Amino acid sequence: MAPDRIDPAFRALPLHRLADAALSRARELGATHADVRIERIESQSVDLRDAGVTSVIDATTVGIGVRVVVDGTWGFAAHVELTPERAVATAERAVGVARALAPVARERVERADEPVHAGVEWCSDYAVDPLSVPIADKVALLGDWSRRLLDADGVDHVQAGLAVVRENKFYADLRGTSTVQQRVRTAPGLTATTVDRGNGTFETMSSLAPPAGRGWEYVTGTGWDWDDEIARLPGWLAEKAAAPSVEPGRYDLVIDPSNLWLTIHESVGHATEYDRAIGYEAAYAGTSFATPDLLGSLRYGSERMHVTGDRTVPHGLATVGYDDDGVATTEWDLVRDGVLVGYQLDRTFAPRLGLARSNGCAYADSPHHVPLQRMANVSLRPDPTADRTTDDLIAHVDDGIYIVGDRSWSIDMQRSNFQFTGQRFYRIRNGELAGQLRDVAYQSVTTDFWGSLAAVGGPSTWRLYGAMNCGKGQPGQSAPVGHGCPPALFRQVRVLNTREEAE
Amino acid sequence: MSPAPQDIVERALAVPGGAGRGVVVTETSEAVLRWANSTMTTNGHSTARAVSVVALEPVGAGTAAGVVSSGAPVPDLAAVDELVAAARQAARDAGPARDVAALPEPDVDDPGWDEGPAETSIGVFARLADGLAEVLPGPQRHYGFASHDVTTVWLGTSAGVRRRWVQPTGSIELNVKTPDLTSSAWTGASTADFADVDVVALAGEATARLGWGARRVALPAGRYETLLPPSAVADLMLLMVWSMEGRPAQEGRSAFAGPDGPRMGERLGRLPLTLASDPAAPGLEFAPFVSALHSGDGISVFDNGASIRRVDWLRDGAVHELAYSRAEAAEFGTRFAPPGDNLLLTGGSDAGLADLVAGTQRGLLLTCLWYIREVDPATLLLTGLTRDGVYLVEGGEVVAEVEHNFRFNHSPLDVLREATDVGATERTLPREWKDWFTRVAMPPIRVPAFNMSSVSLGR
Repeated sequence: MAPDRIDPAFRALPLHRLADAALSRARELGATHADVRIERIESQSVDLRDAGVTSVIDATTVGIGVRVVVDGTWGFAAHVELTPERAVATAERAVGVARALAPVARERVERADEPVHAGVEWCSDYAVDPLSVPIADKVALLGDWSRRLLDADGVDHVQAGLAVVRENKFYADLRGTSTVQQRVRTAPGLTATTVDRGNGTFETMSSLAPPAGRGWEYVTGTGWDWDDEIARLPGWLAEKAAAPSVEPGRYDLVIDPSNLWLTIHESVGHATEYDRAIGYEAAYAGTSFATPDLLGSLRYGSERMHVTGDRTVPHGLATVGYDDDGVATTEWDLVRDGVLVGYQLDRTFAPRLGLARSNGCAYADSPHHVPLQRMANVSLRPDPTADRTTDDLIAHVDDGIYIVGDRSWSIDMQRSNFQFTGQRFYRIRNGELAGQLRDVAYQSVTTDFWGSLAAVGGPSTWRLYGAMNCGKGQPGQSAPVGHGCPPALFRQVRVLNTREEAE
Repeated sequence: MSPAPQDIVERALAVPGGAGRGVVVTETSEAVLRWANSTMTTNGHSTARAVSVVALEPVGAGTAAGVVSSGAPVPDLAAVDELVAAARQAARDAGPARDVAALPEPDVDDPGWDEGPAETSIGVFARLADGLAEVLPGPQRHYGFASHDVTTVWLGTSAGVRRRWVQPTGSIELNVKTPDLTSSAWTGASTADFADVDVVALAGEATARLGWGARRVALPAGRYETLLPPSAVADLMLLMVWSMEGRPAQEGRSAFAGPDGPRMGERLGRLPLTLASDPAAPGLEFAPFVSALHSGDGISVFDNGASIRRVDWLRDGAVHELAYSRAEAAEFGTRFAPPGDNLLLTGGSDAGLADLVAGTQRGLLLTCLWYIREVDPATLLLTGLTRDGVYLVEGGEVVAEVEHNFRFNHSPLDVLREATDVGATERTLPREWKDWFTRVAMPPIRVPAFNMSSVSLGR
């Protein structure tokens, strides 16, 4: 990862001059901590309907955010203008906010220590910056995918889209840490629809390709086999449209990584956010059943459940070198042998849990927003002792369903009762797949579901998925996050028929 | 010193070339207050400006559209030329658009065009802060958020449209819990200026609901006669109206598609309900013109500057209009119907929620809904949770708090089809979608057999 890949236009900004101006002013005004973020976020989206362009949008966000601690109270201010005068004024406003808040802030801010990381640079792992590729090439690629699908039997409509982002972030603080970072992400989407006018019904099938911390190479064959998936989508769609409706009941489920990642996100990822667990999000996103008093004792799932948090896995959407607290990122355990053993933290929350160091989960989605504790890549470990394949897991099921791809999702305010659907559902009989089903939803409670985990696939089955826009906070912030997992076998999970639910 | 918004618009429109152009400048001024565990956690005031250029370019035999939107500072008018050039390049790269239509001619004179941005400040919360100071030290645990933003939009097009609009958007939510966290209640309101927000009264209402928790009962999953308060109705109706685009219904891929085309005129229930978006609705006004930065089903960048009228999505209980851009309206031989930024469901009785409770032999009274997602687009089946208070009504009175929540699976189409009682319409706040949509007026609705699919112990 050569440091010279960092966008020259970002490097050309007076990063250190602005930071020095803001930090010195904050120190003069009595700040015991101050940090500066200067960011430039460029994004682009291209959308096609039935192979014709519907929308092409380019967007840029720029700004400087200054965060301070004065007399134990946070203050934050931001501005779009990148001049030393404005940096000083923004620091003054941040100090002003801290002083204004002090009378109503009952808790004094204490932050975990972190070694100084001076003058470090980090760039994510990709081959071709997706913003460097002309829009015409993107339109051509999506048009080609769309036409291949539209040419197939039974495909009446195709939606295709591509969103790409390049995030440049500079961070500097009073202790002397300063980082320059760049990362990219690429989110392709492709959905085929078949319409049965006579019966007044329709059905869709979407690509399973997740958004990824990869560049343009991702849509040209690195990390995803587009040709294979596009060739097979129409057949999968036709089979689904003609498939029998599921008989509701309890089934053994083999869940593919393309579906399980979202269940992990909702039932483990959000539940192990420390700020949620202590009530900071209670009025909005909610709290967590996994409260800190249960750390080390809560039986989250079966002993086969080992979930980690990390911000380091290559191509992970939450992966970065240093977080928005200036903390070097790492990997740690959240659930080990089925027991809750950790939380996602920033430098403010680490000491409350008695920890000397943060695990690096501070993130703000914009220079104009204050960093929150946001989700790391939260991932399920494969079985380290046996490299079972998906077929091996299916072979262990007499009467069940194999679920592929995500679609509908919903979970309660304490991350307990959930319901998910998917893209494809295959009946399993006597250890073998027996054709698709339709109208399947699975519904469970987090600890029941993970308690029913009977087996996980081996290292060769582990896949990385994720989401571009995980929401949290008020005002709302959006964060990219990755989730890796093997396929896994869950025993006797409640399955609903979504047509019957609607009757 | 950044150039004035009007000068940015004129400069961008003056750059020669192209087949047409639209320019949108927005300035947003936002103030927020947030509290949790009965203490203030964050507050702040911020301003932001965005300049967006919609470039229409001749390509081959057609016209292409490209949009560039920038939140970066615009130090001088020369920087505007760069945005125009980038948008024009994006359009040429995009290739011919399918929603081509001549940009709308001006049909009104906007006397406010020359005016500057409107602003809010943290001072908008002065009365609210006094009220909170009174409420927060109480015995209950308080959590909540208040937000006020004022966005000024200037839209200019090469067809001569010049429109300015000031949109105030405000909301407050209070979540109040008993000290042991076993009971939780919620109240919320949407507002233009906070002058009409009485936080002490809102907190009192929430605390009164906590009082219903003096008796607590557990109930199994199943179908219950259910009273949906206006906030819950709003969240359900929003998900429905967001599915009322014309194209998918024309193409057979929507819950509003029938075997012979869109289900126009199909009755949803026996009651003469009307669901409308109306830019002139008193207190809920929104910009009466299109400013679109993307095209899609029901919306087109070629419609920038078109006046927005009142649209009745449902009228007298029947499907009346679906959303069409001008190009789609021409394609399908129907009427231009742009989506709006408010939603009003009317046609019920004069009864308030308390009257519906009084008329209930046995049923559930909900507070609001949460984490609502579409399960099946063909039926518009939605799933989600009840949140912050489910109450058991017997003999016309609330007799207990249900000590848990429910996961529901129900379609908003069926809520309308099955409704036996629809009360008086009032301004409310949709709990789930308030980050995107606050201007709603809804009635409470009685549904005879709402599908509570399972018990949720989440509180």
